[in-house]
Amino acid sequence: MTREQARGAREIAVVAFAQTDHRRTSEEHSEVEMLMPVLHDVLEQTGLKTADIGFTCSGSSDYLAGRAFSFTLALDGVGAWPPISESHVEMDGAWALYEAWTKLLTGDADTALVYSYGKSSPGSVRDVLTRQLDPYYVAPLWPDSVALAALQAQALIDAGETDEPALAGVAARSRAAATTNSHAQLRGSVPHGEYVVRPLRTGDCPPIGDGAAAVVLAAGERARQLCARPAWIRGIDHRIEAHGLGVRDLTDSPSARLAAEKAGVFEQPVDTAELHAPFTAQEVVLRKALRLDDRVTVNPSGGALAANPIMAAGLIRIGEAAARIHRGESDRALAHATSGPCLQQNLVAVLEGDPR
Amino acid sequence: MPEVLKAPLVVEFPFTRSLGPVQSAFLTGLRERVVLGVRTGDGRTLVPPVEYDPVTAEELRDLVAVASTGTVTTWAWNHEPRRGQPLAAPFAWVLVRLDGADTALLHALDAPGPDAVRTGMRVRIRWAEERSGAITDIACFEPYDGENTEITYHAGEFEGPVTGIVAHARLDYTYSPGRAQSAYITALSGRRTVGERCPSCRKVYVPPRGACPTCGVATAEQVEVGPRGTVTTFCIVNIKAKNLDIEVPYVYAHIALDGADLALHGRIGGIPYDQVRMGLRVEPVWTEGARYPDHYRPTGEPDADYETYKELL
Repeated sequence: MTREQARGAREIAVVAFAQTDHRRTSEEHSEVEMLMPVLHDVLEQTGLKTADIGFTCSGSSDYLAGRAFSFTLALDGVGAWPPISESHVEMDGAWALYEAWTKLLTGDADTALVYSYGKSSPGSVRDVLTRQLDPYYVAPLWPDSVALAALQAQALIDAGETDEPALAGVAARSRAAATTNSHAQLRGSVPHGEYVVRPLRTGDCPPIGDGAAAVVLAAGERARQLCARPAWIRGIDHRIEAHGLGVRDLTDSPSARLAAEKAGVFEQPVDTAELHAPFTAQEVVLRKALRLDDRVTVNPSGGALAANPIMAAGLIRIGEAAARIHRGESDRALAHATSGPCLQQNLVAVLEGDPR
Repeated sequence: MPEVLKAPLVVEFPFTRSLGPVQSAFLTGLRERVVLGVRTGDGRTLVPPVEYDPVTAEELRDLVAVASTGTVTTWAWNHEPRRGQPLAAPFAWVLVRLDGADTALLHALDAPGPDAVRTGMRVRIRWAEERSGAITDIACFEPYDGENTEITYHAGEFEGPVTGIVAHARLDYTYSPGRAQSAYITALSGRRTVGERCPSCRKVYVPPRGACPTCGVATAEQVEVGPRGTVTTFCIVNIKAKNLDIEVPYVYAHIALDGADLALHGRIGGIPYDQVRMGLRVEPVWTEGARYPDHYRPTGEPDADYETYKELL
């Protein structure tokens, strides 16, 4: 739905957000054991009980778990018996939030619980992500996620839009910002390291880790009852580009730009942007596509370079942006989530607090 | 906390995928050392070819041949090749725009080192010696400073076209079952069955998964259940599973162990399959060295009253 269509529809806000501490491994916990504390956290923040929730939607991936229908086990954590109104996306939780938002727009529910989680530690995430590629022409070559991001980085360098020191600067700024984020996996000064796939060094890549996040959405007056300063979703849209990497201009992100336009980002300035840019060069692409200048605080949480729990990192961007509005640190924030190689799919949301 | 259990888990599957007319022509062409692209309505040539225009979604069928030489549009040096990748020695990932094409193909470039690679360099296809109609029929690209190759016309029709590929996928994991299931498995090694009691509704779940699916809260209080139990419902299996040495027909049942509020499932033995019934009292049978009961057999007790297990079906 575009901003034009959303006008006049019900107001929907993020009213609570919680996340785990993101760590290299959480092997002592199953997915549901890892997830439950954040589910309980958002419910406590709002005073809601599981039975009060109108709609539940989650995001996760069987390929991370190495098991079919893995999300069904996590459902134990939301009290799924007796049956609840529930759905799942095999994507980042940001897309689950999009589905929950449309559900609330229909008026079928007044509150929604959105959660997502990913344990990357049991497998090799670079190999796992190859399985989302075109199975005919690309996946048989097993190009891993870092390799594809490195092709994008080199294209940007060749285009004169960045260089390796500038990319190191993105990494350093992100991890410095994360010093105030107790949940982050990588904080403070992190060595930029050796090449993983040139031109990307370890510092240009996100940490591999496990984590979960949860958000509560509420509509209209319900949101005001549950949260002192709701983060109203003024627009949200997601777009996708061709799966063929060689068809795309990797130095640009027309899908992120179009999603931002449809979400209403360009109508007024934003003060904060939480970008889901797992690789340093991707922040360069997104800043340009989303027209973010130096007046915008980008990734005060540290972003995906500080913690990148796959399937939850995009939902965390929305949660972090909303939490800044809850705390009064932002009035109009942009939240972005991505999926697929080289920013193939992009979701953009605009969140606003009531005027102060 | 007991030691975290871990075990290797390999997920492996040979995906059999059928090809559409354009993919079939392209991959068959590779087998014959011919590279085909597809022409879009606005006159662009897409290589590798797709069946629908990525911009207009228009159906594409107009196949054209392109050259086996081309230009690198971007690259990345891969000094540590991973399993399944095209070359075992360090190589460059490249996007190559073949002469005659307007888009680029992803593949590997065999080069001595990163200093030998740059955007804009000329390369050509090195064909695999044995070709079957797959993207790996291109072994890799190699640097090329010769003349541009002539593009010869090709209609995209071949003898014995490839109509499908088998895409092997293998992913390796180290599976860890988490706290609750680890405790369950550890107890089983002592031939004990433990569940966990929900602090809210007091139900005992077995096997425990660490959460109560009714209340959505964590469970932690361990409760030993069984060893005896009651068959709550069952089915008769008549088809022999591959690699299974159990003779059919046999009975697979839901068994509510004494003290448990959830039935688990297991095979029933020691009784003819057509005499198994709801309410039958059973006990586990362990075999030497096994990590879980091989099957359950009748205890000889009178059948349980329906009222005692009707909530556990």
